[in-house]
Parts: sequence; C-alpha cells; structure tokens
Amino acid sequence: MGAHHHGPARGITRWLFTTNHKDIGTMYLWFSFAMFILGGAFAMIIRAELFQPGMQLVEPGFFNQMTTLHGLVMVFGAIMPSFVGLANWLIPMMIGAPDMALPRMNNWSFWILPPGFLMLASTLFMEGGAPAFGWTFYAPLSTTYAAPSVTFFIFAIHVLGMSSIMGSINIIATVMNMRAPGMSYMKLPLFVWTWLITAFLLVAVMPVLAGAVTMMLMDIHFGTSFFSAAGGGDPVLFQHIFWFFGHPEVYIIILPAFGVVSQIIPAFSRKPLFGYASMVYATASIAFLSFIVWAHHMYTVGMPVAGELYFMYATMLIAVPTGVKVFNWISTMWRGALSFETPMLFSIGFLVLFTIGGFTGLMLSIAPADFQYHDTYFVVAHFHYVMVAGAVFSMTAAVYFWLPKWTGRMYNETMGKLHFWVSFVGFNITFFPQHFVGLAGMPRRVPDYALQFADFNMMSSIGAFVYGASQILFLYNVIATIVAGEKVSDEKVWDGAEGLEWTVPTPAPYHTFEVPPKVDTAAAHG
Amino acid sequence: MSFKKSLFVAGAAMSSWPLLALAQNQVNMSPGVTEIGAEIYDLHMLILIICVIIGLLVFGVMFYSIIYHRKSRGVVPAQFHESTKVEIAWTAVPFLILVGMAVPATSTLLEVYDNDEAELDILITGYQWKWRYEYLDDSGAPVAFFSNLSTSQEAIYNTEDKGQNYLLEVDEPLVIPVDTKVRFLITANDVIHSWWVPEMAVKRDAIPGFINEAWSKVSEEGIYRGQCTELCGAYHGFMPVVVHAVSQEEFDSWMAAKRAEKATELASASVEMSLDALMSEGEAIYNTQCVACHGAAGEGGVGKAIAGSAVALGDINTHLDVSIKGVAGTAMQAFGGQLSDTEMAAVITYQRNAFGNNTGDVVQPADVASYKKG
Ligand code: HEC
Ligand code: HEM
Ligand SMILES: [Cu+2]
Ligand SMILES: [Cu+2]
Repeated sequence: MGAHHHGPARGITRWLFTTNHKDIGTMYLWFSFAMFILGGAFAMIIRAELFQPGMQLVEPGFFNQMTTLHGLVMVFGAIMPSFVGLANWLIPMMIGAPDMALPRMNNWSFWILPPGFLMLASTLFMEGGAPAFGWTFYAPLSTTYAAPSVTFFIFAIHVLGMSSIMGSINIIATVMNMRAPGMSYMKLPLFVWTWLITAFLLVAVMPVLAGAVTMMLMDIHFGTSFFSAAGGGDPVLFQHIFWFFGHPEVYIIILPAFGVVSQIIPAFSRKPLFGYASMVYATASIAFLSFIVWAHHMYTVGMPVAGELYFMYATMLIAVPTGVKVFNWISTMWRGALSFETPMLFSIGFLVLFTIGGFTGLMLSIAPADFQYHDTYFVVAHFHYVMVAGAVFSMTAAVYFWLPKWTGRMYNETMGKLHFWVSFVGFNITFFPQHFVGLAGMPRRVPDYALQFADFNMMSSIGAFVYGASQILFLYNVIATIVAGEKVSDEKVWDGAEGLEWTVPTPAPYHTFEVPPKVDTAAAHG
Repeated sequence: MSFKKSLFVAGAAMSSWPLLALAQNQVNMSPGVTEIGAEIYDLHMLILIICVIIGLLVFGVMFYSIIYHRKSRGVVPAQFHESTKVEIAWTAVPFLILVGMAVPATSTLLEVYDNDEAELDILITGYQWKWRYEYLDDSGAPVAFFSNLSTSQEAIYNTEDKGQNYLLEVDEPLVIPVDTKVRFLITANDVIHSWWVPEMAVKRDAIPGFINEAWSKVSEEGIYRGQCTELCGAYHGFMPVVVHAVSQEEFDSWMAAKRAEKATELASASVEMSLDALMSEGEAIYNTQCVACHGAAGEGGVGKAIAGSAVALGDINTHLDVSIKGVAGTAMQAFGGQLSDTEMAAVITYQRNAFGNNTGDVVQPADVASYKKG
C-alpha cells in the first residue's frame, strides 16, 4: 500500500481498481442488494403462479427455472455477498486495522462476482432455458436430463466459489495478522469471531462444491459415470457431496447474522452481552457440528438405519449450542434499558423468528417425523424462517445500525420502523401458512396444487407481495439517507454502541486506523 | 410480466373460480391409517408441544423484558454478565430434553425399518412423469401397469372446472389389501422421484439403478392420495400417487380380473382393428402418455411437434422406432416396454391421422409385434 493520505480516485476507475476495504464493502453491499431484488422478482413470479390452483402465468418448465434461479441467486448472490460486504466494511474498523490484509485480492474477489452472475442469468436466454433442477441440483436431473445451459451454471458456480474462497482467505489473514496491539482473540467483537469461523467453513466446503460441479461436468461431457448407476456410479453420492457442502453452507449464512445481532442487542440494551465466551464457544461448536450432520437432508434416500440414527442424534445436538445463543441474547436484554430503534426491531424480529425456525429444525431432525415433512412446504417454511427472518433480517438490522457511521447521515426512523413492521407482518403472512400446507401434504417445487391447499397459498402469495413491496421502502430510505439524510457527527451515533468502529469520526473517513489504536478492555467486545 | 399485471391476471382468474368454498384448510399432519403413521403423528405432536412450551417460556421472558425493561421507563441498565452456572444449566437441561425426544424417535425409526415378513411385494418404478406398479410373484407374467395423472389439461389450464381431486387422481390406482404387510420396492427409470402417501406415512426416494424398501400395513379401507416429492423435471407436480386399500376378497377378485385382462390383451394383439377403434384408443393414450410433451394439438413443447412432423408423416418404421426405442439423450423415452402392442399401434395410428396429419395409415398391433421382433 503505497500512497496514503489521499481520498478516493475519481470516476469509474475508483470502483474498478479500488483496493480500499470500504469501497469494496460498498460494492458488495450494492451488488447483493441488486441480487436480492432480482431473486425477489423470481419469487414474485413463483408466488403469482401459486396464487391459485391451475396454471395461469408460466409453464411448469419455466416455473422450475424460477425456483432454481431464485434459490441460487438468493443464497449465492444476495445473502453471502452481503455479509462479505459487511465484513469488508467492518472487520478492519473493528480490529483497528487500516485495511484488509490482501487488498488486491479483495478487489478481484468482488469483481469476478458480476461476470459470474451474468453467466448464470444468461442461461435464461439459452435454448432449453435456465437450470431447472432446484438450487440443490440433484443428479441425474442436473446431468443427463439437464438443458445444455447446465455447463454455464457449472462455470458460474466455480466463479462464485472462487470469489468466496478468496474473500474468506482474506478475512482469515486479516483477523489473524492485522489486529491492533492489545486486541487479543478473546477481545474480538463477536461479529469478527463469527466471521472468522465462517471463513474457515467457507474455505473447507467451497472446494467440495467445486468438486461436485466438476464431477457433473465430467459426467455430462467426458463420459464418466460418477452419478449414474448404469456406469457403476451412484446418484446418491451426489447428494452426500452436495450436502457435505450444503449443511455447513447454511451456517455460513447464519453465523455472521448471529454476529450482527450480538453487536446490536447489547447496544440497544445498554448492557454488555451476557456470555461473551460462551457465545464464542457456541459458535465454534455449531461450526464443528455442521460438518457431521449433512445427511439429515437425506433421510428418505434409503440409508441404513444405523446411518439414520447417527445423523438424527448429531443433528439434534445442534439445538444445544443454538439454544445457548438464544438464551444469551435474551439474558442480555434482561434488565437492560431497552430502546427500539429500527436495528433493534429487526434484531428482535430475528430473535423471535429465527427461534421458530430453530424449533422446526429440531422437528425436522427427528428422522421418522421427517419422512412426513421432507420435501414439503414445511421444509420451505423452516428454511425461510432461518434464512429470511434470520439472515436477511439481521443484514437489514446491520445496514440501519452502521449506515450512519458509513455515510455520516441518519436514516428516517419512522420509515425504518414502518419497513420493519411491514416486513415482519408480510413475512409471517407468507411463510407461517406454509407450515400448515406442508403438514397437510403439499410437496415443494410444484407449479400447481390440489384444491385443499388453495386458501393458504393465496394468503402466502399476498404476504409475499407485501414483503416484496416493503423492500422498496428500504431502498428508498437508504438512498434518501445517502443523499439527504440528517447529518450526524457524533462518533458513537448510538449511545449504547461499543467497539473500535465507533471511535473513528463519523462519517468514517476513507482511511481509518493508519496508526493502530490502543485497545483497552472497555473498547473490547462491543 | 409486471407485478401489477400478474396481480390483475390472478385476481381476474380468481373471480371465475367458484371452488374456494370446497377448501378444507387442514393445518396439521394426519395420523393416517397405519400404526406407524399414528406413531409418527404422536412423535410429531410431542416434539411440537415441547417446542411450543419452550417457546412460550423463552418469548415470555423476552416480552417481559421488552415491556418492563425499557429505557423510556427510566430503567437504569444492570451490568451483570457471565455466569458459568447459568451457562451450564442452559446447556444441560436442553440436552436432557433432547435425550427424552431421542428415545421415542429411535423406537419409531426402528419400526419403520423393519421390512421383514411382508405378505405382498410391489415394485414401484418412477418415470418422468408417472408411476409403474408391478405385483411381484413367481408366475413369470406378473400384473403390472402404469398409473398416470387423469386430470385433464383443460382443468389444469382453467378452461374446465376443477374436480374435487384435482391433480390427485390417476387413471389406474395402486390396489392393496388392508391389514396386510405390503412391502414396496422402489426404484426409478430416469431421474430421482419420491413416492409419498401421507396417510400411509411412507415416503421413499425412487433412485435409478437402486432399489429402496419401505412397507405399510393399512388398517382402513379407503382411497389415499399422495404425490411425487422429489423434483423430477417439468411435470414433477403432475405425478400423483393414488392407493385403493380394499378388503382381501376385493383385492383377490381385482387381481383375478387383472390377470384375465392381461390374457385378453395378449390374444387381441393378433386381431385386426378398425381405424376408428385405433383412433379412439389412440387418442386416449395420447392424452395420458404423450400430451405433456407433445401438446394437446400436437404442437410440441418439451417434445417436438407431431403435427406436420416428418416422422409422423414419413416412414412408418421410423415412427415405430422413435416411439418404441425412444431418442437417447432426450426426454423422449422408450415406450416399447410401457405400452402394450395394441396401445402402441393405436397411438401411432392416432399420431399419423390426427392434428392434420391425414396420412390414412393404419398401424396394427401385429405390425408393432413384428417390428419389435426385428
Ligand atoms: C417426456 C416427454 C415426452 C413424452 C411423454 C413423449 N415424448 Fe415423444 N418426444 C419427446 C422429445 C423431447 C422428442 C424429440 C426427440 C429428438 O430430439 O429427436 C420427441 C419426439 C417424438 C417423435 C419424433 C418427432 C419428430 O418429428 O422427430 C415421435 C414420433 C414421438 N416423440 C412420439 C411419442 C409418443 C407416441 C409418445 C406417447 C406415447 C411420446 N412421444 C411421449 C418427448 C416426449
Ligand atoms: C437448530 C438448527 C437447525 C436444525 C436442527 C435444522 C435441521 C434441518 C433439517 C433436518 C433439514 C432437512 C429437512 C428436509 O429436507 O426434510 C433442514 C433443511 C434446511 N435448513 Fe435447517 N436446521 C437448522 C437451522 C438452519 C439454519 C440456521 C439454516 C440457514 C440459515 C437452515 C437452512 C436450511 C435449508 C436451506 C434447508 C433446506 C434445504 C433444501 O432442501 O433446499 N437450517 N434443516
Ligand atoms: Cu442441514
Ligand atoms: Cu417428482
């Protein structure tokens, strides 16, 4: 890093060539929001088709393309990059570092994302259409029986995987090497801890995903039979490999979200996090367990009973550290002095709804009961409670929480609260009834359904339109803040906020902590 | 399509849809009609209730805090944190609760896996997008048939009213005797499917090249409906499962009738059929077997158009070849093993004379048989 003490370059090159963690963080955040809107548009098409029984708007094949792209775009385009963006902005400021450890790689790991998604989106216009085999792309539907565009899908996954791996190596290198003097591991803010652990998960499992898609590529183009019994392979092998990636992946999505609420709840409770150390250990145990429970997604593939039992017991165990987290957040609120600004509202929304998703997760972990739940809307409800109300709500909370620090301007609180309530109500109208239709027997990934599911589906669709519309409010609020929000100059912004990022001026200057700060215990683990 | 437009279309379609009143709005799992189903239901309720109780406690504490520990009430925040005792308690207590859940879960799971001593074996094969059922026995010519969705395209595309069992009805259901341990051997022909009947509490993936086992002992006569639950391509939502559970006597007479039907079918293969007879049978087969891919007017879709197709207008042998052997690497399956010679003759005759393909060709069952012999 040669020249310091200057502001950003001008024009487009600022963004193309930047190695500044704040610029890159900003780009990640905007990119992920764009993907959130795109994935949301796909979801609106899905819910419009499911508004009532019968085929109205799209053909079944296209419907499957929509569910597939919706899942892929939301997981790989919206949620994951948004947390990488947050990490970029916050980790250096939280540990007192001037930038990320590997700034050029940082630029690269962002800039390969848009072409990757362009490649994925372009499949929509190819002959045979986009991938239509679900975000879990089980072989042989995704190999022998897939449209030719699957090859582009495979390369898109490779690109996204590379980006994630580079991003996480960068985070690991930064946290390990760039902490300010005195910032010991057990003083790291929880957001940094959860991201450090997430980064290790990513480095461990993204190559497994790359392996899976490479094997698909081989099966499709080079005559191998990894996933075809006719050639001595096994379609179930695909599922084992996919879920060896896939289950840790769901924790990759949720751990940074845990980190965010662990920063926000203490701030608006004006009280330290109840059990800092136990939160760190709980995060680490969840991460460890996440590697050894993958086949709970495969209870119906016909595993031997011993395998079923093992995966059932191991999965149930995850509820323990997850419970520890929830209890800790609530004990933090207990006898605090609570106030309910938008970030706190979204964090409480997270807490309530994520806990519900955790309960349904526990129900799903019971193998014999899962025979009834598996691949129904009950599972759809479960994972939207943990991914939307978990990851997306916490991400939204994070934006409201740190936006004043980033921009030096305050968002409109009334509009923020409105955004919360409309989202919260819309979300529940959308996904709560899905528990019912799932239990009553509606399979997932179907473009049409039997008449007894009609009312709840209509409700779900209405909720989805409301939730979708509420995001426009969010976008408007953020843009209005950036261009014309009321100026804030207080370094702390929030009276209860703790941590190094609240010691730099507001808005955070282009370069921070060029001279490492002194870390005292009070500033640690905010 | 814009969001507004889709809302409008959906709203307009809704007003022409009189069936809203029929909906039942079931909100919970059904205990079903098997012992295992009832056990699974009890397990589900047990865990649900435990979760609800824990949830009420946890949220109760949280809402108490939200109401009484507000800054706006002038509360001075406590600063307590860290307590190893509390941490140990809220690790150990949930662990013990989990052990309590694991015990009944284990015993139910072991029963689900007890496939021994079945009295009847049925081979279930998933196809894109239908099920094939074969009653395994030592006769050398077991009873076997395909079970296709029987809901009409018109009902699906909203030009006809939707019946009570919309999307959950088939041309030929699986028939099983009650109070009999039936073992299902489940596999697939192309991609992975999953065979599920909620009220029988059986869900097992159908995996090409592998055979899974499951079993069921239905205690009540009745008609039970389910669906494929593993995404298996475009028409995944359109391959229901329907099971008729009947008394042993009824089952035996049904079986006898199926065997007799099979014998007449074999005999009829050598009989000459009229163009009209072939056309009407052919239309019926086309509309269950081919319509999903080739379209109601032969216009194509997943498959190529049949109207004006060079194959349907050209050499009969090519037409037979495509239909019997399929086209490797495409969705066009080999129908030779799926349709009888009579059915094949009928559907080919139909394709050659419908949709404006007025070739006047008549294909007889014997032609199919001799083509198959080569
Ligand atoms: C699962 C979808 C599917 C179903 C069901 C299906 N087909 Fe096809 N069919 C196809 C596809 C795809 C092709 C094009 C194959 C190719 O690329 O040459 C095709 C091609 C054909 C052709 C050749 C058309 C041409 O012009 O090349 C004939 C004849 C045909 N099918 C007959 C049938 C008959 C008879 C049935 C019903 C018994 C049937 N198909 C059911 C998918 C299907
Ligand atoms: C208490 C913790 C959790 C447990 C015990 C749990 C358990 C399960 C189980 C058993 C399934 C498989 C259900 C089935 O397909 O039949 C499942 C599905 C799923 N879970 Fe969880 N889960 C938990 C938390 C989470 C979290 C935190 C996330 C992500 C943020 C998540 C995301 C998902 C997703 C995406 C699926 C569906 C994948 C698919 O088939 O498309 N879960 N969960
Ligand atoms: Cu999982
Ligand atoms: Cu299916």
